[in-house]
Amino acid sequence: MTPLQMIFILVAAMTLGAGLMVVTARNLVHSALWLVLALFGVAIVYVLLQAGFLAVVQVVIYIGAIAILMIFAIMLTRNIASESGPRFNENWSWALVIALVLFGTLAWMLSGWDGIAAQAPAISPRFDTVRELGLALVSPEGFVLAFEVASVLLLAALIGALVVAWDRR
Amino acid sequence: MIPLSWLLFFAAALFCIGLYGVLARKNAIAILMGIELMLNAVNVNLVAFWRYRTPEMMAGQVFAVIVFAVAAAEVAVGLALFISVYRRRKTIAADELDLMKW
Repeated sequence: MTPLQMIFILVAAMTLGAGLMVVTARNLVHSALWLVLALFGVAIVYVLLQAGFLAVVQVVIYIGAIAILMIFAIMLTRNIASESGPRFNENWSWALVIALVLFGTLAWMLSGWDGIAAQAPAISPRFDTVRELGLALVSPEGFVLAFEVASVLLLAALIGALVVAWDRR
Repeated sequence: MIPLSWLLFFAAALFCIGLYGVLARKNAIAILMGIELMLNAVNVNLVAFWRYRTPEMMAGQVFAVIVFAVAAAEVAVGLALFISVYRRRKTIAADELDLMKW
């Protein structure tokens, strides 16, 4: 087992454990902090996959913006942060069954797929993935339309969030 | 090198944990956190397939970037909705928000 594989196993275990804590923690603020740890684990997985730009974006956007936004929302809806009532609805056993069945099905289908043993092709040092990603995002032969649509979507979400959360009194 | 199967099983497990959170939690913000976990699992899959199948084409990473943008938009609007709902109903427990229930 190579050091890379050891690191991946440790990071994956940390991320999955943090994910479990996110969905089971009684206190919502603790949930949000475990979410930060899980998102950080996913960022490390991006680094292991040589997608450094995505790892940075993960830390900046997910941890820096989304998780902090969640903590703010938890604080603004104050008395539910440490609610003493049940944190699961009455259908949680069915939810558990559905999640386990989905995982079993996914694992069964994945293990039967013959592309699962694929080896990662080496990336030549002259191939700069960040530069290629930037070119792909803005070149007309690439994904400039999706990029522009995403920016319009972000603007619409910004205005929509402002309008929805506006206190009219 | 990490086997592709490990990454796919990791992503599947993370997706199912998020799905359980979405289906079982009462609090709407906790449901949103489950959705975040699911989106992250999808992104891990996208990046893994980019790395193992077509590292010379950037489509996988571009798709992951678009997923980032959509996740940010979804969280902004979702949290604004929850704050607005909380202001009127004093609760954001998903099973008590039954205004549109027949």
